[in-house]
Amino acid sequence: MYLSLTGVLFVLGLHGLFTARNLLRQLLSLNILTTSVFLLFVVLARLAEPLDDVPHAIVLTGIVITISTTAVALALVGRLAGRTRDDDAITAGDPRGDAE
Amino acid sequence: MALVVLAFDLLLAAALIWLAWQATRAADLFHAVVSFIVFGLLMALAWVRLEAPDVALAEAAIGAGATGALLLSALDRLARRPRRHAPLYEPGTAWGFWLPAGSALLAMLTLAAWNLPAPGLGNEILASLSASGVEHAVTAVLLNFRALDTLLEIGVLLLAAVVIWALGQAPPPLVPSMPSPALPALGRLLFPIFVLVAAYLLWRGSHGPGGAFPAGAVFGAGGILMLLAGARPWIRSSEHGPWRLILSLGMAVLLAAGVAGTLSGQDFFQYPKGTAASFILVLEVAAGLSIALLIFALYLRGKPREHGSWGAAE
Repeated sequence: MYLSLTGVLFVLGLHGLFTARNLLRQLLSLNILTTSVFLLFVVLARLAEPLDDVPHAIVLTGIVITISTTAVALALVGRLAGRTRDDDAITAGDPRGDAE
Repeated sequence: MALVVLAFDLLLAAALIWLAWQATRAADLFHAVVSFIVFGLLMALAWVRLEAPDVALAEAAIGAGATGALLLSALDRLARRPRRHAPLYEPGTAWGFWLPAGSALLAMLTLAAWNLPAPGLGNEILASLSASGVEHAVTAVLLNFRALDTLLEIGVLLLAAVVIWALGQAPPPLVPSMPSPALPALGRLLFPIFVLVAAYLLWRGSHGPGGAFPAGAVFGAGGILMLLAGARPWIRSSEHGPWRLILSLGMAVLLAAGVAGTLSGQDFFQYPKGTAASFILVLEVAAGLSIALLIFALYLRGKPREHGSWGAAE
């Protein structure tokens, strides 16, 4: 069942990442996407006999990497918003979405 | 009993999907961020259900706690600007593409995931656990078997802090727009408890779920709380010396431990026989301290200012 949850969260995250026009929202989607990948790792570790601890350690590493990227992205979004002084910065203006 | 557990799992999965949907689609950004934080907390519950208590601790402390604080403070800064009505999403016509494509992707992913083999290294870990110097398998993997991963991970965290510092000076510390009179007192009262919990988690890492990462995150969260309560950070540009040293301490000590093995004629990160336990203890303490300050540094969003210039207008 948790395997199916992985798939649903992955699709939700991917959908948010591609369709959101707000950089903060894209960041949230990206975080959900990574969480779904972690979930896959941990479910596979649970299915192994006996319980496999290597994916757990890798997911721990992954969580720390995720907060690093999130923090850097947030700082960049903040600078971008401060530079342009209006909403355009955090709203990806180009409908094709190649602002980020 | 099994029925209750199944019902709990189903409820948890439904709540997670609903919160993920809210976090990506809610019209209000604040709503979305809060949904994401609750998503992280429920995810910690899911990790416990999947028998990964270490991941649960890290998710609660880092995934929900520290990321939530970062997101909320960023939101506060962004929301000060006048809001124009701009479309939040691509026009709804995209549904024609997303419904079939999403379902197809979901079906393929689930099918692939079901067919994935789950080989597992559990037996190998159990066989060599006694030689690793600690009793807890996840700590053994992190700081002995796969210590190179941990080294690179702290490297990434350090790199993130360096990038954020390179972007410029930190904005004045964020004080809540409606400061509560209870916050400073509460902060002063709670900070020792944060330190105590962090030390306990660090100590526990050698024989149970815990270790440097949750401990560092809890300690860092205590620092953020003090900052919110109005405490001026003691890290100033003119006193950068120890601050920078502690930031890079974890990286430096891990690297030294790795190189020590090479110099004494063994492999990179191969500890001399019988000393693994003390090596791991030193690494844990150094990494925990560094992680705490790095998370705090990420929250500052910039290079700390010179003495006395915190009050200056942005």
